[in-house]
Amino acid sequence: MGLARTCSPRRASLLLCAGILACAMLVATPARGAETSIRIGVTPVLLNYQTAFLNDWQGYLEEQFQRPVRFVRRGTYREIIDLLLQDKLDFAWICGYPFLQFRPFLRLLAVPSYQGGPFYQSYLIVPTTDAQTESIHGLKGKIFAFSDPDSNSGYLYTQYQLHQAGEDREQFFRKSFFTGAHDKVVRAVASGLADGGAVDGYIWDTLRKLEPELTSRTRIVARSNSFGFPPLVARRGVAAQDFAQMRSVLLGMSRDAGGKELLERLNIDAFDVRDEGIFDGIARMKIAVFGH
Amino acid sequence: MLRNLSLVYKVPLRVALLIVLVSIVIAASLLFRAYEVFREDLVLSAENLGRILARTVTPAILHDDVWKAYEVVNTPFSVDSKRGSLQPELVIVLDRGGQVYVSTQPEQYPMLTDPASHDPMLSQLVAESEQQRTVFTSERIGFENLYVLTPIESDGVRIGALILVYSKHLFSDRFLDFARTALLTTLLITGLLLPMGAYWGRKSAKPLVELANCMSKVGSDVPAELDCEVYDSKDELGQLFRQFQTMVAELQEKASLEQQVIVAERLAAIGRFTAGIAHEINNPLGGLLNATSTLRKHGSGDPLTEKTVSLLERGLLQIKDTVGALLVEASSRSHPLTHQDIEDTRVLVQQEASKKAASIDWNNALEDFVPLPSTLVRQILINLLLNAIQATPQQGRIGCQVGVLDGGLHILIRNEGQQITEETMALLFEPFHSSSTRGRGLGLWVTYQIVHKLNGQIEVSSGESDTSFTVFLPLQDAA
Repeated sequence: MGLARTCSPRRASLLLCAGILACAMLVATPARGAETSIRIGVTPVLLNYQTAFLNDWQGYLEEQFQRPVRFVRRGTYREIIDLLLQDKLDFAWICGYPFLQFRPFLRLLAVPSYQGGPFYQSYLIVPTTDAQTESIHGLKGKIFAFSDPDSNSGYLYTQYQLHQAGEDREQFFRKSFFTGAHDKVVRAVASGLADGGAVDGYIWDTLRKLEPELTSRTRIVARSNSFGFPPLVARRGVAAQDFAQMRSVLLGMSRDAGGKELLERLNIDAFDVRDEGIFDGIARMKIAVFGH
Repeated sequence: MLRNLSLVYKVPLRVALLIVLVSIVIAASLLFRAYEVFREDLVLSAENLGRILARTVTPAILHDDVWKAYEVVNTPFSVDSKRGSLQPELVIVLDRGGQVYVSTQPEQYPMLTDPASHDPMLSQLVAESEQQRTVFTSERIGFENLYVLTPIESDGVRIGALILVYSKHLFSDRFLDFARTALLTTLLITGLLLPMGAYWGRKSAKPLVELANCMSKVGSDVPAELDCEVYDSKDELGQLFRQFQTMVAELQEKASLEQQVIVAERLAAIGRFTAGIAHEINNPLGGLLNATSTLRKHGSGDPLTEKTVSLLERGLLQIKDTVGALLVEASSRSHPLTHQDIEDTRVLVQQEASKKAASIDWNNALEDFVPLPSTLVRQILINLLLNAIQATPQQGRIGCQVGVLDGGLHILIRNEGQQITEETMALLFEPFHSSSTRGRGLGLWVTYQIVHKLNGQIEVSSGESDTSFTVFLPLQDAA
């Protein structure tokens, strides 16, 4: 109860106390923040507009921890990684691909179970108006939408496919662009802005429940083999006690009603402790495409 | 057809036409103004939106962030458009080369394609806007859409263009909506005004129609009484009505004068005729009477002859009497009229009056001598008074006024008898015409002849239970 101690009436007035509380919530101050609140970075692996969900999840976690919890949102994976590496975040939900890229600085906290296992797929989608395209090769010379350059399902997998097919990855598409989020890839393809897109299968499936009209305007051309689900990670330097407590809270979500309801809204089954080996597939693709 | 329509319809129709015309003109001018305002609104809002979007999309183009640019140009569509809001139909961002960088309708205008292939107007627009660096609005007649091109610039260098396309339907729908309201209001006002106009129109046409009806009654002969409603006003119509009435009155007077002249001429002709015959009879009659007188003086004494002569004499005297009555001798000299002369006539008629128990209102205003032959005046007075007594009912009243005024003698005799019919009136002064069974019917004839001989006038007016004879005799010179 760090905050309660700081706010004792003997040391500071209530007004000052309120000010500090407000500061703590608004600004990520690394030294003090580490003691006072838990900071969790979220990336567009989630549906990025779920502000209401994050508020509820924050409330749930604060109740479990008896400590302030703060979610930090950024537009790209890279920004979140940077914050993690600068000790400005304690935990983050990122993709398997950046986890592997920055493996030495991170610890695997938990992996969601989706449809029975810690796996998901990458979908290649085209607009429904396009009935011909059967594979990525049909989109040569077309306009293509990726989600994030650090995304496995929204970027790396497509690069790997082109590499395997011996195509020039820079020249294959007439133009490609990043939307910064998986749901925006779906929107870009649905609107016809892009002729095709690479999207997180889990996001597409979840969107189909939330916005069936949107997904109905896209057609899944191909599904990839399974990859390790985007994991929750901790920075190397996070306190062992915090790490253990966070892990137990996450794992316990599937065992109480509040947690279950949140998992349902996330459209996942549970958080589990998994072996890093589930990301081997991503690692192989990474080496195949980029050579390291 | 319409020319011959009655004013009762023509005036209200014209008023109605005027109302409708005014309504149309007002509605049309309002609509025109509304059209202008709508158009200005649309252009202004389009140009503002163009500037905002162009500025916002600039960093996205510089960073080649297609998705960001797409999100920016879609912002006008992200809010649910309310009906009538001025939302563009299409937003296109062109790159430096004039190709589509991003558009809100990627299916019609895909990235990296020539926008002109879908809408030829666009290339023309781009070409025209190359010269200008400001917002360029193209709204030429005949084009289906309104185009607003805003250059996208970074540090003074043109890096692309943003085009807003507005469907004119959006504009025309809004305008039509307004037009419908305006039309409805106009119809409502017209509907309210029309009955009022019709009422006023009818009201102003009515006196004219009335006048026309009255005038149509005046033909070759003027009716004695015109049953016309009087339009009481001092305006031109009122003046017209009064003029018309005056005219009718004058016509009536003229007609009655003509009638009087005809009657006077006829009476004069009859007078000359009877006088001629009377003279012709008088001459041998004198001889015949002399002969009978001689025969009586120197007769044989035969009773039969005596009886026959007597019979002849009586018959001849009756003829003389009648002829004498027809021959009014104005020349017969008599003394000037005095107050007593008039009083004497009163005594003469009093006996007749008392038979009917009638009373006479006597007003003799004569003072001294009046230069008029007393015998003739008395004869007039006696004739008229006896007639009056005869006409008046039992216990009736008779008026008699005699006086001098304006250089003449005035006699007014009134009675309470029945009204004289028009047929009787026309022949009143002719000889041997009598409404009564008594007398020869020469009284009024003789009276007329005397008045005429004395250069006077006689007038009759007869109403219900009131008939009066007025005589005017100009005073004669003492010489």
